[in-house]
Formats: sequence, structure tokens, C-alpha cells
Amino acid sequence: MVRLIKLPEHKHETENQAIEKMPLPALAYIHLSQHLGKICEPEIKIQDIVLRGQKVASVKAHVSSPIHASISGKVTAIEDWPHPVLGRCKAIVIENDGADRALDQERRRAPEEINSLTPDQIRNIVFEAGIVGMGGASFPTHIKLNPPKPVDTLIINGAECEPYLTGDYRLMVEKTEEILSGIELVAKCLGVNKVYIAIEDNKPEAIKAFNAICDKRYVISVLKSEYPQGGEKQLIKGILGREVPRGRLPFDVGVVVHNVATIFAIYEAIYTNKPLYERVVTVTGSCLSNPKNLLVRIGTPIKELIGYCGPLEEEPAKIIIGGPMMGIAQYTTDVAVIKSTTGIVLMGKEEAAIAEEEFCIRCGACVRACPAGLMPCLINLASEKELWTESKAYSALDCIECGLCNYVCPARRKLTQSIKRAKLEISK
Amino acid sequence: MENRLIVSSSPHLHKGESVSRIMWMVAISLLPAGVAGVVIFGLNALWVSILAVITALATEGILQVLTKRKVSILDGSAFVTGLLLAYNLPPNVPIWLPVIGSFFAIAVGKQVFGGLGQNIFNPALVGRVFLMASWPKYMTAFSRPLNYDALTSATPLASLKEGKILENISYLDLFLGKRGGCIGEVCILALLLGAAFLLIRGYISWHIPATYIASTAILTYIFGPRGLFSGDWLFHILSGGLILGAFFMATDYVTSPLTRKGQIIFGIGCGLLTAIIRLWGGYPEGASYAILMMNAATPIIDRYTKNRVYGTRPL
Repeated sequence: MVRLIKLPEHKHETENQAIEKMPLPALAYIHLSQHLGKICEPEIKIQDIVLRGQKVASVKAHVSSPIHASISGKVTAIEDWPHPVLGRCKAIVIENDGADRALDQERRRAPEEINSLTPDQIRNIVFEAGIVGMGGASFPTHIKLNPPKPVDTLIINGAECEPYLTGDYRLMVEKTEEILSGIELVAKCLGVNKVYIAIEDNKPEAIKAFNAICDKRYVISVLKSEYPQGGEKQLIKGILGREVPRGRLPFDVGVVVHNVATIFAIYEAIYTNKPLYERVVTVTGSCLSNPKNLLVRIGTPIKELIGYCGPLEEEPAKIIIGGPMMGIAQYTTDVAVIKSTTGIVLMGKEEAAIAEEEFCIRCGACVRACPAGLMPCLINLASEKELWTESKAYSALDCIECGLCNYVCPARRKLTQSIKRAKLEISK
Repeated sequence: MENRLIVSSSPHLHKGESVSRIMWMVAISLLPAGVAGVVIFGLNALWVSILAVITALATEGILQVLTKRKVSILDGSAFVTGLLLAYNLPPNVPIWLPVIGSFFAIAVGKQVFGGLGQNIFNPALVGRVFLMASWPKYMTAFSRPLNYDALTSATPLASLKEGKILENISYLDLFLGKRGGCIGEVCILALLLGAAFLLIRGYISWHIPATYIASTAILTYIFGPRGLFSGDWLFHILSGGLILGAFFMATDYVTSPLTRKGQIIFGIGCGLLTAIIRLWGGYPEGASYAILMMNAATPIIDRYTKNRVYGTRPL
């Protein structure tokens, strides 16, 4: 059995907001770290003129992915800039020339050409397009299209279990056929016959849309809307009953999981030769008067997204990039959108208030909530005393950092945080 | 906005549950049994309860001031401890007895260990066994229901222990609390009302009470007075402090195991010990000692009943 918990969804604010094109920024800050793996090196110089979709940075490493310009214009600087995950990171600054000129090669491929693509060619196009996992982990996708051992099942992750976020949902409703074409390509690339499309039951429109066009080769897996249903390992266990052994990856149990937004990016890369330079971002939270789902160019500062969804109803006390369970609180609105930015949540003073920690009363709520089967309260006590050997013995390294232990703790203990710290210390 | 943004590590959502809310819910769930106790035994039961609660709160507050910690007497936990101690006392004890008991429960049972969450034993039961060891005369003198002459009578379990034949006590009397006993343990109906509230609201689960009660019932049925499988198990469930103990004291978060598996072992252990003490031990009632002994076993139960970690399934 997979343990999951029902969270307040906060999705109704944006779930019926069709994806809207965000106006282009005057300056785009293209971070050199957009993925898990080695940081890219710039391939252009200051003063160079770049076109939309032009490769501007890359690096030679197995786990890496090239980065493209998201607008056309002049490179004015390569400088440190606020980064949603790393705090600060080097970014290429492009000054918008207002023309939004694209590379010539961004064009529709003929159907015959697409049908004749070999798995290697598909992988190469995906790599060249700079596609990484768009659900948040940002692992380079071409590697996940080339598992080191054969797999039998592909799971498409449309669970979107984090509260507030609805970008994947809107994509599934508005781009159903395109996503299905993308799934076909990925299935062909992996050589699998079994494809599951996993969607939570709070997205009935998406379930209906896929049911209407999917044939028998695809299984629409309707999941209860519970957290963390969309966690890769939880999803695999929930759908197939297979458990990814500790320290291993999904392909070890014959499965590859791709997020729907990633699949849509693959579709665009193959069908229109478009690199990954824009993505859907949910901009929401109680502070905004007009929460929206926006199609945003990579490198746009979130300040502009917030401004576009305003006016503000309340001064935000906390701004989170990603969902509220695993997202990262930001210290400035200068921070620029990267490939893994799923959403921006603005919380008011009351929601963001930090409660005082009390003693653990051993109620066991965290133990029952933990989807990894850990005893968070005990790891927490060990971690606070800096007993790293003990923390490791309590399996701290198996924590998936979903945040549920914190969410349920009546003593408001900082369980997830202390376990994250234990993980860092153990790994030292 | 820029320099006033809160930056904290995820998660950024909370369910909204709090320790004091849980404690006050437990306090509310205990009220029906107290009201029943006062109705059955008279006003003295009320004074005993009030004194026990006030002493518990005062002791907690004073000790927290003396040890320079945050005063948290309004979090409900000391209230519950005081109330539970009173529920474990006969109704006609001298009025200094609940005061001493409550002081001991909070000071030695709880604050010595560092306060809420740190204690090994259920504080109310620590207070009770202290009184039991120190003033057994008062602790075993039970008045008859609604008998203000304070003529002592034995509890049904004590009568049974002495080999007397129980007459005039029906299961219904036991269920409604028309018998000698401690203030909060006699009215099973009221206790079950409170327990149902806690179960429905999810503050306790069935694992400890159900296994506790069932194992007591099974053992007392097997080893009956007229040979094997002749025991009056229903009598054993309805008398003594089993129901109060199983739903309100064995389920204490702080002193019971963390996992459901551990809780089942804990419940069975309580049941076995209660039945053993009742059937073959020196005391007529064994719930308090059974729970305290299992409290001591909780760390080792926790050690051997950890949940299986995801990804460690044997292939």
C-alpha cells in the first residue's frame, strides 16, 4: 500500500484559466544552470546578436543539456543573477530587440520525416532542443529516453499532486492530441508497449480528453488526488505495484516516467524543431487578484509575471517557486524563470506565518504520513542532537523530502528541514 | 516587498492541528465520565476532581517558572493529567489525597523528565500508584453509589478476588456504573461516548483499545473459576478500570508506541498483564500496573516495529 494524504487543493483559482501568452520581457536572464548536472558554458560573447531558439550555452558532459535564447536581441552581459534553486548563478542577459526573430530551422517537420525517425535520431533532437524534466527535477530528458537496460512500461505523469499548480492540467486539456503524439514518439523511442497515463481524479476534463482520443494501447490511470501521488517512486508503486529498490532508479524495475509538460516539449521539438525556450507557469496565491496560467519565455523575471497577474490584493509575505510542499521560497522577485519553474505561489502574511516549535508528543502522525516508511520524529530528534550515525540508522537517506511530516505535525516541528540537514551531513 | 519576504525551507503548508487542540479534545472527551461520576457518587467526586486539576495546573506552572521554561499550563496536558488522576481515585478520599497525587504525577511523573513529551510513564498513573503504595487504606475504600455515609464497600472485582459470589449486580448495572469504584471508571456508557468522539475525530485509533480489551476478555474467559473456558469475560470488561485505561490512558501518545504494529503489541501486552494480575496477582485490579509496565516496554517495541522503508522489499 502507498501511504498518501489529501491536501487542500487550492487549484480552483487557476484550473479554468486557459494558458495565456505572457508578453516578452525587456531583458531575459538565461541561467547557465537549468538542469541537474554540469553547469553550461556560454557559447556567445557580449554584444553578440542572438535569435530566438539559438543555442547560447552548452557543456560536454554526460548529464547536461544545451540552453537556448528565449528572445531575439543583443547579449548585454553575462553576470550573476538570482536563481530559483541555487540562490545566485551566472546568467546570459539578452536585451529584447522587440522583433522576436526565430532561427530558420524552427519549422514543421513533414509527417513522413517524423515517421522515419529512428530512436537515436529522436534522442538527438530532444538533446539538441535542451529538454529536461519539467515537473521540477530537471533531469536531462534524452538520458531518460535511453535507459541502460530495456524497460517494458512508460508512465506519463499527469498527477500534478502539488496544491495550487494547474499548468500540467491546462496542457492536458488544451494540448491533448499533441501530448498523445509526443507519447507515441517516446514509446517508440523506448520500445515499450505498455503506456499508462496517470491523472488525479480532481482533473476530470483531462481524463475525459484523453479517454476521447486514446486507443487501447494506452491505459488512463485515474488516481485519487492525494499527495505525493506524483512522486516518481510513489507513482510506480501505485500503478504497477513495483517498488524501486533503495538507491536505484525506475528503469531498474523496467519503468520510465515522463511528466506531461516534458512530453509536450518533446512533441514541439520533434514536430516543429522548437527548442525548449518557453514553458507554462501557474502564477497564483491569495495575494493576486488575477491568478493565471502563463506561457512564459525562459529567463523572464518573476516580477513581470506577478505584475501581469496583479494588481496585488495583499502584500505577499512569501513567494514560492514550485508548489507549497516542495517549492523554494524566494528572497527577491528579480529571480528568473528556468526550465523547471512549474509555478509561483504568493502567500499572504497569515499563510506564511511561522509557528513556534513545541516538544514532540510522539503522536505518530508523521510516522503514519511518511510515504517512504520512515519515522520522521525520531530522525528529527537525532538530527537536532547532530547524531548523524543515528540519523542514518533511521534511514534518513530514504527521505523523499515531500514535506508531509511537517504538514501533519501538531507540534509544528521542523521535521523535513532537520531530515534534509541530516541527509547533507550524512553524505559529507 | 523585497526585503520583507519570508524565506524558509519547504514545506510551506500546514494542516493546522496543534498539541493544545488535541489535549483539549481529550479533556472534552473525558467530561461525560466525570459528570456520571458526580451523579453516581455525589459532590465529593466533584471536589476531588477540581482539586486534582487545580493542583496539576499549579504544579506545572510553578515548576516551569522555577526551571525558567515557558509556562504552558493552558496547553491542556496538565489538565488532562489532573483529571485522569482524579478519575482513578475513590470518590470519598480525604481532600488532601488528590492534591498530593496530582503534585506527584506532574512533578515526578512529568516535569522531572523535562515536561510534555519527555516522560516515560503515564503521569496520571504514576500519581495513582504512588498513592496506592503510600495510602492503600484510602485508595481501596470505596463508597457505595449514592451513599453519603461513606460506608465502605468492595468493588465487584475485589469481591470476586475474595471469592465472594456476586449478587445483585447485573451487566446493565455495571454498564451504567451502579457499583463501587473510582470516580471516572464506573460509567462505561459515558466512557464509551467520550471514546467514540476521540475515535471518530481520529485523535486515537482502535489499535490499542481493541487489542487491549480483546486480550483481557480472551484470557479471563479461558481461565475461568470453573475450569477452562468458563470465565465471565463480559464482567471483566465492564468492571474495574479497563475501559478507562484502554481508551484514555493506554492511548497516551507520549508513552505508547509510534507505529500501528507496535500499538497492537502494546495493547495485547496491556491485556495480558491486566488479566494476569486480576486472575493470579495480589491486587483485584491490574489496569494501572499493566499500562505502566507496557509504558516501560514502549522504547523496545518501537525499536522492533519500525515501518518498512520504501525500496527495501526483499526481492
